[in-house]
Parts: sequence; C-alpha cells; structure tokens
Amino acid sequence: MWSSFKRWFHQWGSPKWFYERSLVWSRWLGVIALVCIPAGILWGLLFAPEDYQQGNSFRIIYLHVPAAVLAQSCYVLMAAAGFVGLVWKMKVADVVLKSAAPIGASFCFLALFTGAVWGKPTWGTWWVWDARLTSMLILLFLYFGVIALESAIQDAITAGKAAAVLCIVGVVNIPIIKYSVEWWNTLHQPATFKLTEKPAMPMEMWLPLLIMIIGIYAFFGYALFLRSRNEIIERERRTLWVRELVERESAA
Amino acid sequence: MSDRSQPLNLWQVFFAVVKRDLLLAFRRRQDLANPLIFFVIVISLFPLGVSPEPAFLATSAAGVVWVAALLATLLSLDAMFRADYEDGALEQMILTPQPLFLLVLGKILAHWLVTGLPLILLSPVLAIMLHLDESLLAILVLTLLVGTPVLSLIGAIGAALTVGLRVGGVLISLLILPLYIPVLIFGTGTVQAAAAGSEYAGFLAIQGAILMLALALAPFAAAAGLKISASN
Repeated sequence: MWSSFKRWFHQWGSPKWFYERSLVWSRWLGVIALVCIPAGILWGLLFAPEDYQQGNSFRIIYLHVPAAVLAQSCYVLMAAAGFVGLVWKMKVADVVLKSAAPIGASFCFLALFTGAVWGKPTWGTWWVWDARLTSMLILLFLYFGVIALESAIQDAITAGKAAAVLCIVGVVNIPIIKYSVEWWNTLHQPATFKLTEKPAMPMEMWLPLLIMIIGIYAFFGYALFLRSRNEIIERERRTLWVRELVERESAA
Repeated sequence: MSDRSQPLNLWQVFFAVVKRDLLLAFRRRQDLANPLIFFVIVISLFPLGVSPEPAFLATSAAGVVWVAALLATLLSLDAMFRADYEDGALEQMILTPQPLFLLVLGKILAHWLVTGLPLILLSPVLAIMLHLDESLLAILVLTLLVGTPVLSLIGAIGAALTVGLRVGGVLISLLILPLYIPVLIFGTGTVQAAAAGSEYAGFLAIQGAILMLALALAPFAAAAGLKISASN
C-alpha cells in the first residue's frame, strides 16, 4: 500500500510522465468545462428564478462566486505546489506554480470586477473598503508579486524556489479572506457555499451555480495543464525525450 | 571569536551579528539618516497635498504617520542583506555551524534598531505637527512599537528573496506591501478605536499576535530566501 503510494507520488517528479499523461487529463477537463460553463451560464441567466430582493441583478453571482472561489483555491494550490517543490524538489511543482499564477490573477481580477458591478445596484457604490473586498485586493497584489518575482529571476529553478517561499508566506491571507465576512461586520454577504450546511437559496438558483463552479474549476485545470505543458517543453528542451518528441511531431 | 577551539554559543553569535550590523550602520551615518528624512518629508506632503485643515489632519494623523513609517521602512529594506551578499559575508553566514535563522534574526533586530526605533522616537513630534490629539500620542507610539518590528521581520523575507537581483528595490515593494497591509490596518485601527473612545485593547492584542507570528516564522522564511538567493 505505502510503497505503491510512494511510486505513484514519485511519478510526479518526472516532467516526461506528467507531459504524456496530462494531454488526456486536459482534454477531459476541457470537455467538462465546455459542457458545464455554457449550461450553467444559460440556466443561471435565463431560467433561474429572480431574487426576491435584488431582482435580476443577482444573476452576476453565476460569474462572481466561481471566480472568487477559484482565485482563492488557486493561491492555495500554488502554496501547496511551492511546498512540494521546496521539500521534494519536484520540477513539475515549480512549473505548476508558475503556470497557475497568471490564471489565478485573472480570476481574482474578474471576481473584483464583477463584485464592483454587482455592488453598484445592490449597495449603491462600486467599491467599499470592507474586509472581504480589501483582502481580495491584497490577494490580487500577492499574485502580482509572485508573477513579478518569477519573471525577475533568470534561472528557472531559483525563480521557482523563491516564488514558492513567497507563496507560502502569502497564504496567511487566505483564511483572512475566507473568514472576513464572519469575523467583521461587513457589507458583503456571508459565504454562498458551505459544505456542511444546506444552501440558503432555492435549488433552482443553487444548482446552476454549482454547475458553473464545476465548469470554472474544470476550465482552470484545462488552462493550467496547457500552460504547464508549454512550460515543461520549454524547460526540458535540451533533454532527449523532448528532442525525440519534436522530431516525431515534425515528421508526422 | 577569540578562542577557536570553543564553538560559540547561540547568544554570542546572535549578539555578534547585532553588534557588527550596528557598527556597520554607525560607520555610514548618512545612510541611517536617509529613511528618517524621507519619513519627515512624506509626512509633510500630506498637509500640503491634501488639506492643512487641523480637523482633517487630526483624524488622519495616525494613518499618515503609519503610511510614512511603512514607506520609510520599505526604502531601507534593500540594504539589509545587499552589502553582505556582494562582499561574500552572506555566504560565510550560511556556512556557519549556527542556524542561519538566528543570524537573520540578529540582522533584523539591528535593522529595527537603526530604522524602526528612530522612526518611533520621531513620530510624536510629527503627530503633534499633524494636530493629533495629545491623549492619543502614547497610543500611536505604542502601536508603532509593536508594529514596526513586524515591518522589519516581514521586510527581511522580501529583502532575502531579491538580494541577488539588480532590480531589487521596486520588486521588494511589490512583494512586501501586500503583506504590510494587515499591520497597517490594525496599527491605525488601534488609534482610531482609541480616538472614538471605544475599547482598543483588542486591536492591540491582534497587533501583538501578528508580531509573535512574524517573530516565530519570518526568520525561517528569510533564511530560506537567503539560501535560495545565494545558491543562484
């Protein structure tokens, strides 16, 4: 049991193994995203019932919540990858960290932007300096920091290690974002999704949101695999297996 | 350092690093003064740029002093490890048998003594110029006393990660400022709570908790950063 787990875990240390396997995974995730996102968007925007207080303006939730949830989990993933990279010196972990940062930053921006658009009709203002919004803004800055550090250091391995340390340090912000709506009295409403409780909204509103979240996660995985595969090819360009791969591709 | 056969104990090493850094800083006094002058100038920009109205200044004084202290600290961070990195002293520190995080902690303490402490000593004067209520002066100084060590501690992580880079200065701001925001929020929050006449001990306790967390973890992160930078 333990030895088979160890073998499974050590496979991740091989960029070649990851490159070969991730093609199939990325395709599956792409298909899931392609099904879930249009379905969730159409259901949410056209067929879900109106909110009794906010009317139709609540429908932006179908973009806002998935983006916000993903922006946070992406950072946790980066910190976890950084930890794995620092401890087990896995090349794939460094690659995943680097590839995830711009995607996470985009979703973080999307969450802030849709939040501002939602805030205007609901709170009457684009922006308030409350705990949830501010900590989300900090998260965006943290993403910028990781991206800047990655690109400032020439050597890929050193850059990966440095970014890993920064990610692990910055992860303290995640619980602050998560619990900001419970610790402080804020304008922002409490979490929409809780694993332990029944959702407060009716099923017809909640289900499309769930589909959207699954779709966005699948899209994130798809984009992450694409970027990671490119990064691996570039980093391993001097190895035999990449050269053989290129020769095979160009012959075909 | 006198007897080669006896290994130094940890405290001796720690204080040797502090003493060395203080001595180095004292030999370059102009560099010491620069962040302080910057601190004073930034604070004087606010009344000139925003409004010289005493009522406005009184409400924003704590925030202005805090932001200026934060920027002045940021300005001094790049120099924290750079000279040691360039002359090779840093590599020797990494090679010493004593744990690196302890030496880093010594350097952080020295950094705080030459930048954070002077800022704190200067801040009551500037707060009075900003018409801060006199009963709040002590609280402002207290928040800075608890908060500025955190600035040095977290800043050391950024300085360690960027010490090998030419563009260090700007990059440090980008890496470190997001992490400074909670320190700023609770620092000014304490003063504002006191100004509003409400209980501020809770804010101060959170500041203390942040300090303890940073004290426990930041030296390790900075030491890891230094090892990464030195291996490049």
